[in-house]
This record gives sequence, C-alpha cells and structure tokens, in this order.
Amino acid sequence: MYSEKVMDHFSNPRNVGEIENADGVGTVGNPACGDIMKLSVKIEGNVIKDVKFKTFGCGAAIATSSMVTELVKGKNLNEAEAISNATVAEALGGLPPVKQHCSNLAADALHAAIEDYKKKHAK
Amino acid sequence: MKKIYLDNNATTAVHPEVFDAMLPYLKDEFGNPSSIHWAGRNPRKAIDEAREKAAKLLNCDVSEIIFTSCGSEGDNLAIKGIAESKRDKGNHIITTKVEHPAVLGACKYLAKTGFDVTFLDVDSQGMLDLEQLKRAITSKTILITIMFANNETGVIFPIDEIGKIAKEHNILFHTDAVQGVGKVPIDVKKLNVDLLTLSGHKIYAPKGVAAVYVKRGVRLVPLIHGGHQERNRRGGTENTAGIAALGKACEIALRDMAEETKHITALRDRLENGLREKIPYVRLNGHPTRRIPNTVNLSFEFVEGESLLLNLDMKGVAASSGSACTSGTLEPSHVLLAMGVPMESAHGSVRFSLGRGNSAEDIDYVIEALPAIVERMRSMSPLYSTAAKQAANITFSESGSCSH
Repeated sequence: MYSEKVMDHFSNPRNVGEIENADGVGTVGNPACGDIMKLSVKIEGNVIKDVKFKTFGCGAAIATSSMVTELVKGKNLNEAEAISNATVAEALGGLPPVKQHCSNLAADALHAAIEDYKKKHAK
Repeated sequence: MKKIYLDNNATTAVHPEVFDAMLPYLKDEFGNPSSIHWAGRNPRKAIDEAREKAAKLLNCDVSEIIFTSCGSEGDNLAIKGIAESKRDKGNHIITTKVEHPAVLGACKYLAKTGFDVTFLDVDSQGMLDLEQLKRAITSKTILITIMFANNETGVIFPIDEIGKIAKEHNILFHTDAVQGVGKVPIDVKKLNVDLLTLSGHKIYAPKGVAAVYVKRGVRLVPLIHGGHQERNRRGGTENTAGIAALGKACEIALRDMAEETKHITALRDRLENGLREKIPYVRLNGHPTRRIPNTVNLSFEFVEGESLLLNLDMKGVAASSGSACTSGTLEPSHVLLAMGVPMESAHGSVRFSLGRGNSAEDIDYVIEALPAIVERMRSMSPLYSTAAKQAANITFSESGSCSH
C-alpha cells in the first residue's frame, strides 16, 4: 500500500522529539481522525536551524511528519512557508488516495509553528 | 522472517483435510450437480453429504441448509428475504449497533424502502441490555437480527435468551453466527433460532462458500431468482468444490472443537495476560469472560492502530485494528464507538484473533516484540510524552467526527 520511501520514513523517522525552548510550536490534528502532530522549530536569523516532531497517527501521518522536517531544515521562513502538503506527499513518492487527509497535516503543523514564532516575535 | 498469523477473524488458512476434500470437484468431478448423467452424479452426492455435515454441526435437518457464496450473501438473504416475505405482517426490524456491515447494510437498505429499524445499544463491555430489546418490540416487529459473537471484540451475545424473547413474541430471529460457528458449540434447536448465517472461510474452508440455516416452515424470498437450486431459495449452479470444502470444515469443527478450544483459549489468555503485564496503559475492549475463545481486542493508549499494525507486520505478525486508517474511512470502529470507547483509544485498538495454526512460541514472540514497538511509538506520540494530562490542553475540535 505504501511506497518504499514512506515505509523508510515510517520505520526510521527523522527528527523525532521536542525542542526545548523552541521558538515556535505548532500542534494540529484531531483525535477523532486518529492523528495529532506537534512540530517545534528553532529559528535563527530567519532560518530554520532545527526542527523536531511528535506524532500520534498512522503510517502516512508519521512519514509526512518526518519528511516535512527533512524538507524544512536549513530553509528560510519564506521557503518554509511555501512548502505545501502536496510538496510533502510528492517528496514521499505519493500517498494512497485514502491517506490524502493524513498528508494534509504535516505542512499545516509547520505553518502553525512558524505562525507561533511570528506571533511571539511580533514586536 | 517469521510469519505469525493472528487475524483468523478476517479469514483462515484452508485446513489440509478440507483442501483434499475439495480437489476432486476442481478436477475430474466437474459435472453440473443438476445433470442426470454420470458427470453430475458424484458432485450431487458431494453436495448432499456436505449438507448433512453442516446440518449435523448445527443440529438441524438437511432441508434447512441453504448454501450461498459468502456470509454477506447469507445475511442479506436472511434479512431481506424475511423482510420481503413478512411485509404484510409488519415493517419493524430490530438489530444492534455492533453488527457486521453485511447486517447493518441490509438493514439500512430496508430502512430506505419503508422499514423501521431499531439499532440497539451495547454497554461499555459490548453487552446487550435485554430489557431494551423487550421494550423495542412492537406489534409491527417481524424480525430480530442479532449477531452470535462480535467479529471485533469476540463478545458473545445471549442468543438463547434472545431466542426465547423472540419466540414469546412470535417474531423471527436471525443470528449472524459467522464468528461463532466452529468456535463454540451451536445447537439451533436449543437456541430458538429461526435463521443463522455461517461462513466457510472463517472455519478453514476457502472463500466463496457459506450457508444459511432456515428453520423448516420459515418462508423467505430469494435474492437470486433463477434456477431451482437450493429448493428454489438460491438460484445458480452450485459451487461444488466450495460446498464440499464447507462440509468437510463442518465435520472437522464438530470433531476437533473441544480440543482446539482448550488449546486456543490457553494461547489467547497467554497473549492477553502477557501483553497487559508488560505494557502499561492497555485497555481490554470487550467482555472479560463472555467471549469466543480466540479473540482479544486491546487498545494501546497514546498510539495509533495502523502504526502498530505496520510495525507488527515488519516483524511478521499479522493482526488487525479498529483504527480508521485500516478501514478506508475516517471514523474508527463502529463497534468500539458504540461501546463508548474514546476516539483516540478506538484508533489505538488492535484485534488479535487466533486459530488452530498458532503455537505458544508464536504468542511468546508477540509478547516479546510488541512492548518495544509500543514504547517506541509512545516516545513519538505527543499524547504520551508530554504526559496524558497536558495532552488535554491541546485544543482539539471536540466534535465526534473527523472534520479535516
């Protein structure tokens, strides 16, 4: 059902955890749907220096979380904001149609974390 | 890699004796059982013998067995067949919220065509309230259809008591016994059952064959209008090989059930106790004792079921889950939700259903492998690591349905 790339990210997820004193944290999801993602970012001079995630969810949810952290590390905020859910799914070599909704969370979590950072630093 | 199959409520491996019993009808004995010539005679005999064996397992007469293509067809034939034949007597049907989709689907279809359907609740252990059943009965009630044992939790309903209630009120009673037949003794006479569905591939026969018991004198309108087969109740050239296989599987069930039940119950309890001892925050979904011997359904809190299944699969262990992600929908198991299991626990449910092929080594392997998987998944779960308490502070849309 899942591509090799999805299974790779599922069984060896990158950047799992939580950043202490994160500059921004985004949590999205709904237990009714069986997936919740929490993504935290460390931002230095407009660049995402570090990013970590924690996810309660299915294989697609975990793989997309892992992939989005890989995609975004080292990117500046503009580049990060341009990453869409479709970008993540594409980077994983596609997801089964029934899993599209899971892939709609990873980029959302990233955008929520950036938003959180911007709110905190809006002086 | 080791391969351990713990998904026997989904389907079973064909028993070697069953395999041998069906082979002749896929080779030399190919004739149409309805033919009067030499080619049809042995296939006809095979079907007659299979019918005797199925009847013996249920303690009914051979004339009361109808062979069908699958359990879902059997359920549809029983429910829609009775509804249509009793339409002039009433339009009310009683069932439960935890039935197999074949029963729920047939009932929902009838509800669209002018029938009234009552879906009974279950309690947190998946049990029925018989008083609620009695209260639901009206003068228009023509059929009660309630499963023998639940496919997800293994919970056994009090079929004998329901049969009594149905009989007292002169209402026909159908039970979907697909998960009960072969696992526990079933005597349709003692249970006051008028119709009963069983399926071949859950009892070590192949897919594509099933049967319905219909008590003598109970009339039902067929789903398939066609030939005279099955006494005009199910048209279509018989699946001789499948029917022979089902007969053999029934014979073996009768012969081996007592011994296998002992073996399988011991393994199931070993698995259940072993996992609950080694893993914290595990919830048993279902009744602790009123269960078919092979099934245990556990929720591993803070982790999602499909992830667990994928991890188990990587270790060669096949099980199933009530998680939405394994059902092709966004909602988790309707059975667990009817029991009041919280959404996130329902998503984290895993059903282990054992079979005759399992050994103590298999079980110990799972008890060894699963704790590490759950721990790893929990270490990644925002519901667990920030402690269950804090998780409550995350703002969820607390609606009962999935909205994104």
